[in-house]
Order: sequence, then C-alpha cells, then structure tokens
Amino acid sequence: MPQLRLFTRLASAFTTPRSPEDFLRLIDPLSSARQLRGLVTAVVPETADSVTIRFRPGRGWNAHEAGQWARIGVEIDGVRHWRSYSLSTGAGQDPAITVTAMGKVSTALVRGTRPGDVLFLAPPEGDFVLPESPRPLLMLTAGSGLTPVMSMIRTLVPRRADADLVLVHSSRSPEDSLFREELLELTDQFPGFRLVQWFTGERGRRLDLATTADLDAACPDWRDRAAYACGPADFLDAAEALWNREEGELRVERFAAVVAPGSGGEGGRVTFEKSDTEVEADSGTTLLAAGEDAGLMMRSGCRMGICHACVTPLLSGQVRDTRTGEVHGEPGHLVQTCVSTAAGPVSLDA
Amino acid sequence: MTIVTPFLLDSGQRTAAPKPSTAAHLTDAQVEDLGRELDALRESVVATRGAKDAAYIRRVIATQRSLELAGRATLLLAKHKPAWIAGTGMLTVAKILENMEIGHNVLHGQWDWMRDPDIHSTTWEWDFVTPSKAWQHTHNDLHHTWTNVLGKDRDVGYNVFRVDEGQPWQWWNLGNPLYNAMLAPFFEFGIAIYDLEFDQVREGTKSKADLKQGLKALGAKFLKQVAKDYVATPAAAMLTGSGKQALTATVTANAARNVWAHAVIFCGHFPEGVDTFTEEQIEGETRGDWYLRQMLGSANISGSKLMHLMTGNLSFQIEHHLFPDLPSNRYAEVAVKVREICERYGLPYTTGPLPKQVGSYWAKIFRLALP
Repeated sequence: MPQLRLFTRLASAFTTPRSPEDFLRLIDPLSSARQLRGLVTAVVPETADSVTIRFRPGRGWNAHEAGQWARIGVEIDGVRHWRSYSLSTGAGQDPAITVTAMGKVSTALVRGTRPGDVLFLAPPEGDFVLPESPRPLLMLTAGSGLTPVMSMIRTLVPRRADADLVLVHSSRSPEDSLFREELLELTDQFPGFRLVQWFTGERGRRLDLATTADLDAACPDWRDRAAYACGPADFLDAAEALWNREEGELRVERFAAVVAPGSGGEGGRVTFEKSDTEVEADSGTTLLAAGEDAGLMMRSGCRMGICHACVTPLLSGQVRDTRTGEVHGEPGHLVQTCVSTAAGPVSLDA
Repeated sequence: MTIVTPFLLDSGQRTAAPKPSTAAHLTDAQVEDLGRELDALRESVVATRGAKDAAYIRRVIATQRSLELAGRATLLLAKHKPAWIAGTGMLTVAKILENMEIGHNVLHGQWDWMRDPDIHSTTWEWDFVTPSKAWQHTHNDLHHTWTNVLGKDRDVGYNVFRVDEGQPWQWWNLGNPLYNAMLAPFFEFGIAIYDLEFDQVREGTKSKADLKQGLKALGAKFLKQVAKDYVATPAAAMLTGSGKQALTATVTANAARNVWAHAVIFCGHFPEGVDTFTEEQIEGETRGDWYLRQMLGSANISGSKLMHLMTGNLSFQIEHHLFPDLPSNRYAEVAVKVREICERYGLPYTTGPLPKQVGSYWAKIFRLALP
C-alpha cells in the first residue's frame, strides 16, 4: 500500500488538477478519488417485482455485517438519486441488494439495471445486526423488510450448529414472497431454523399485532427470544407497541420515508445546521434571504439563479424553485438558495 | 457603439430605464413578452435535460483525458519531430477542450443538475492557472450579472484595455494594441492577476486579507501547474533525451491554448455591433430588460460543429449569456429560436465567422487607442 500511495503522489504531479484516478477511469470504471463505485456483476430476478443486484465494490468499501444497509446512488435520466438499501447477502459474502419496484428509484433499479452498470456507493452502515453472543432469536418481517433479516439468516443458520431462529414473515402470496425457496431449503437442512409464512391473501387478514394471539400461535416461546422486526411503518409501530406492553426486547429497522413532508406546502421552518439557527420563512422568502435576514454569512452571487455561487447541501425537507414552482429535493442535493423557498420544514448544511 | 442619453423616452414608456437605440422601438410590454418567451425557452430545455446530455459531457471528458494522456505520452519522445508535432497538437487540443467546453461550462453549473460530484461547479478545478473559485467570482457573479454595464462589468476592458467610447481616454491607452498582443500568449496569467482584483483592493471594496488569501490560493495552483507542464513532463522526457523538446512542446501548447482562448473570449463582447450600458440604464431593470441587455451585449461566432466544440460553445455567446447555466451542447438548438425571436422583435443578432469577429475587435482596439 505505501508504494501505491507514493505512486499516486508521483502520478498526480502529471495529472493535476485532476487526480490519477480520474485518468485511470478511462480503463477502470471503478476508479475514483471522490466517489465510491461498484460494478454490477449479476441481476437475479426474485419475484415479478424484485431483483437481487450483485456488485463488486471499488476500493474504499468495507465488508458488511449481517443486517446492515448501504446508500446506493443510481442515475435516472442523467440525474443521480440516492436511496438506502439493506444488503441481503450474508456477512463475508460479496455484497448484493435486493430491491422491490416501489417508487421511482427502486423501480428504475429493478427494471433498468444490467450487469456491467456502475452503481455509486457509500460504505455499509447500521446497527440492526445480530447479537454478539448466541441466543434464541425471533425475526418478524413483512414484505421487503425481509432483506436485512435474510442477510442475518444466511450468516447464522448454515454456519452455527447452535443457531435457534424463528422467522415469521408476512407477504401477500407465495409468489411475491422473497427468498421463499431458499428459506424452505434452509428449514429442511437446519433444525435450528423454523419458518412461519403468513400470506395475507390466503388468510384474508394481516398478522395482528394488536393482541398477542397471532404471535402465541406462530411462536409460543416468543417472549424468551431476542426479537428483530423490519417492515412497513405501521407494521413496526404495532410491533413496538406490543413489545412495550409486554416489556420485551425488540430491535427495529425502519426504512426512510419515501414521501417527503411538506409537499404542496408553502414556506416553512428553515434550519441552518452549521450555524445552529432556525427561522420561519414564508413562501415569498428565498432560503438565501431567510439566512441573511437571520444574520448568517450565506454564500451568494447573482441572486437570480444563474451563477450557482449560493448552492448549499440540503439535509432534509424539500424546496420550491421560485422559477418553476417545482417542489424538489432529497438529502444531499445542492440547492440554489437564491431561487428556492421552503416547501415545509427544511434543513440546510449552512 | 451606442450610448443613449436618458430622457429620450416615448410618452408610452413608463420605466426609468431608457433602452439602447437598438431596442428603443420596443414598449415595456413587448420587453416583458420577450422575457416570458425566453423564460419558456429556458424551461423547454430544462424539461428535456437527460441521459443524452449526461452522456455527451462524459464523452467529451473521456475524449479530453485520452487526448491529454496520449499527448503527454507522445512528448516523452519529443526529440523526434513527428512526436513533437503530434504530442503538442494533442496536448493543445486537450487543454482547449478542458478549459472551454468542460471547465468554463462546468464552473457555470451547467452540469450541476446531474448531481455528479465529479462534474460539479463546486468541486471542479481546471487546467488554467487561476483557481476556479477566484474565476467563478469575477466571471459568474460579476461579469454575467453586470454584463457590459460600464463601471460595473470589469470585463469591459479588464481594467487594461479601452474597448468602449464610454471609457474616457487616458494617455496610456495608446498602448491598447500592444497590450492586447502581449496578453494573448499569456492569457491565463492575465486572467489570474485580474481575478485578484487589485483595483478593488485599491478602492477599498476588497479587503487585504481576502487579497492575501487569493494570492495564497493562486500561488499554490501556480506551482502545481508549472510543476506539471514545465518540470514533471520534461523531466520524464529526459529519460529518452527529449527533455528540452518536451519543454518547448508544453510551452507551445499552453501558449497556443492561451491565444485561442483569448481570441474566442474577446469575440464575445468586443466586436462591432455590441452595445454597452450605463448604470442609469439598468436602474429598475426587469427580467425582460436583463435578457435584452444580455442579447444586445454579446456577439456570436458562426462556424462548424467542430468550431463550436473548440470554443466551448462560447460561439453561442448570446445564448450563453441569456442562459449561462444551460448545458452547452443545447445552445445550438436554442440559437435557432433566439435568432427567430430577435428577428420578430426587430433586434440585432450580432454574429460572424471567427476571422471577421477577431478583425472587428482588433479594429476597435486600434481605434480606441486614440482619443
């Protein structure tokens, strides 16, 4: 490695103001000094609406722990979008995400990804991971909430003879139940793994977590198990309420809300994170003006949306482009504060 | 060159801002209509920006990097004449592409919509001695906002040249043509010094601390640029006994790029037919007025596709000034519509082939050397 660094230093004398990686990218699509990248190696269909995308990450990636997620950047119509996806392969295996076509980005990933494509990546994160010492486990999942738990099952079940894991998984039908065949095989092979499938279509109702009746039937000793849950928000809310009542121990993984708050709203509370300042801004006040009115040193230039001197990273919320009326924004986007107003609560990295 | 004296307004005109004579026939309502049409034109491009445009800029970047790499590699054998010629040629073209179609336009934020941190106005540093940030301030913030307003747009003559009758004659303007000829091969250093804004420091509108910071940033960039072209590349070529020839090659490539960039940029606002404005004229300026000023204050260069590419599409200076942050590869289609709009509103649309436009601004540089 030290030789490599010396080589890079030496090479950059020839490539400045570019980095040597910028030139290496002509032959290696994963080479970048600025942005971690991954090369798609396989796209495997799972159900009619979901695929598993395997990728080979470039330098800078850390091996994931079972249950962790990564931010994945994908280009749609030339524009980069970022979402978080759980890694579905076991710890120690090559990374992959399993994506169900819901929403713009996931749909584009499911329908448009081909081997050889480049994905943009951030290293794995998250503390929805297996306990450090072995103990009986209960996994409660619904829909695509199975993905991080699948990583845990793949990590634990085939490798540990003492594994004791019950998975209660809810889905609409056998056809759109993720990893179904693999799970059935695992139950055949490993006595320490038990699978309870809850098909809402067949049962005519959802798994009811308002009382303990369904759980008692599915997994009688559920109170003695360390419990993990992942799925839609209402499913997790119900699970958390139940475990609170029963004073049990439950770990929950929530997927970030897809729909941002404040759509259609006008104005809102603007938070300037670095300056630790909050102001109310109406629909006629640009984010730049709001910051300046609050006495902040805002970057600015032409103040009419042409020079981009004022661009500031958005941390949360959405903004309205005063020129088009379009409401837009995702965390990490750079917004032109001089031609943007708040569309609901907005937080800026300024 | 037209300087309109105030108060020559038709009774129908309410605004305090008198229009230049080339647009004096337009009513305020017509100017606002013009503004709306141009807004709609901008929107139509924004709405259709997409994968094809992203592929375009990536293709240009890949071509540029391949040329630069191949050029520098070829110069390792620069003692052989064909290698010197080929290497210098490739490096020159690479540098021109980097500065114009890539650097200038990326730094305008034309590609920010892609949200690619590798092709973004906040991260890009170009192969030009002035640091990106310094240039973005004097060019994007000042020149593009105050285009051709005497006393506001320092790009009108860059504090050195007399390029407008509205600029009072001084004895040292006699050197106008000489300064210009001297500037061309060292254009990047001229711009670097200009971006430091010594005049603003003298006037007290820029602090000494800011100047010091600017000098430090420029110093660091200068050393890296010089080390690359005039130390590292010739040193590597010494391995084949081509050190001296590689040095003359990189000097030539930089000078050729400088002469080209200087020619193209001076064609943007200095040829005959381009209007300048007074500060009184832009008081109370509306969006429509602003568009009007950009159109009347800029000049295009006509030519082939290759010509447009090599000028970084600054051959569409009028379109670039109307919409500085639209992707450069779309200016050609925008130009067709802008030209049609100009005809309909009876407005001049200044354009001509490169030799004619270069001749035109040189004639002006000579003429205005005298009182």
